[in-house]
Amino acid sequence: MSVKITDGKKDADLYSNHCRPEGFTIPETSAKNGCCPQDSPQVSCSSGNTAEQGEPCCGPPPSAPSSIHEKPGYAICRYVSGFLNTPVGFVPRVSTSLDLSDHIGTLYARSGFFRNDYKVAPGLYAAGTPDQNSPVLVTANYKLSFDTIRTRLKHSNVWLLVIDTRGINVWCAGGKSLFSAKEVVRLIRQTGLSRILSHRKLILPQLAANGVSAQSVRKACGFEVIWGPIRAEDIEPFIENNLKAAPKMRQVTFDTLDRLTLIPVELNFAWKPSLLAILTVFLLSGIGPDIFSLTDTVSRGSMLIAAFFTGVCTGAILTPALLPWLPFRMFSLKGLIAGLAGLIPLIFFFREKAAGMEIFALLFMGLAVSSYLAMNFTGSTPFTSPSGVEKEMKKSIPIQGIAIAAGIIFWVAAAFVG
Amino acid sequence: MKDYRYLTGVSTLLMTQASCAGCGMCTLVCPHGVFKMVGKKSQIIDKDGCMECGACVLNCPTGSVAVTPGVGCAAYIIQTWIKGKKLPVSANCC
Repeated sequence: MSVKITDGKKDADLYSNHCRPEGFTIPETSAKNGCCPQDSPQVSCSSGNTAEQGEPCCGPPPSAPSSIHEKPGYAICRYVSGFLNTPVGFVPRVSTSLDLSDHIGTLYARSGFFRNDYKVAPGLYAAGTPDQNSPVLVTANYKLSFDTIRTRLKHSNVWLLVIDTRGINVWCAGGKSLFSAKEVVRLIRQTGLSRILSHRKLILPQLAANGVSAQSVRKACGFEVIWGPIRAEDIEPFIENNLKAAPKMRQVTFDTLDRLTLIPVELNFAWKPSLLAILTVFLLSGIGPDIFSLTDTVSRGSMLIAAFFTGVCTGAILTPALLPWLPFRMFSLKGLIAGLAGLIPLIFFFREKAAGMEIFALLFMGLAVSSYLAMNFTGSTPFTSPSGVEKEMKKSIPIQGIAIAAGIIFWVAAAFVG
Repeated sequence: MKDYRYLTGVSTLLMTQASCAGCGMCTLVCPHGVFKMVGKKSQIIDKDGCMECGACVLNCPTGSVAVTPGVGCAAYIIQTWIKGKKLPVSANCC
């Protein structure tokens, strides 16, 4: 089977041949003769040498003519640099570098506030100029997954099959059965991938193996799944090496940068409960012999808020950052150590303002917050097993709960004793 | 992942070597190097490195590996405690 795949450069021909009735002037031509052409600024606007002679020349030059790829109701994504004409229609070719809007989108996704909106349209894409013999890479339709893989394909000519994982990354989508054999097969059929290829091989990221059964894909549509490397940066060496992965390409890593980029999402997880906590802190701090004191709310409440935020910082920032160097294997204990490191200086700072019982209350509550948030970081790491996390939680949550309860009792009691 | 170790003796990973066909698929898909081919059979060489992702189970053609797969995430586990074990996949976790 020979498949002719043309480059997107022929767009202009297609444009004039297929999309316009005969005799219709292509805007490109009129733009050349029109007023204030963009590419020849030396032409004076008043020269009047135009098709529409006599018309006043005004406004900015017209924008580039629309291409046949622009369809009513659709927008061409910024990451599309052109289109390939294939037997299954035009396939968008992705840009292999990120522009400013991609970087801004990454910041949004990393901050966690809008991360659920970061979906890429599932379907078939191209990187470079692939043909019927080119490899097919399969990925998730989460923006960061898609950006990561496309920017690592600078020297490749490959097809990129983006699965509808509902905007979730490869590994998590696998764990949730969203990146599944069924979805892969569905997309192969939907895109007509077989009609483009002379082979029947797909390269899937190794981390999709918890959701995709290679045998099921083969049984359902005859495509052989080849497990690619874990990291996108290894994909080009993997292809060059005849689809063989070096052992280190098969093992997950979790370096400092990986951990630091996860911190904003951890903080985002904490902000809603934090608002509730602040309200509770002010209410608790006002309770006293005078039933409720606004002065106490502010003066005592500020101390407790400071302890709370110290706990948030040590649990959700310090613990992830220092994870491999903090002692103990249980994350709740790592969070406890990090919490002590933050709360001891804080209590020293409040030593004259806070009474004895208040000091204990600040410590207990701050440590409980730090320990809990540290434990929550298990969900972001690539090495904690659910059995382990459950075991840790069964031990830690009761203690964290007791610490909070004891802290509240001490804090309220201090107002009456003090 | 030798620099990160989590709790020991908790993984539910089990292997029946008798039925192992020796295809080596588990050694390819495991992200923690838990399996190794020893002769013509695969063997668990680092059970405590297992994070119970379930990739080996899903891709073993002879059903020789078993694990209780799940998401090692505190927020998710709390949800299962509150709402019962059967949560929809869309549960808001990680």
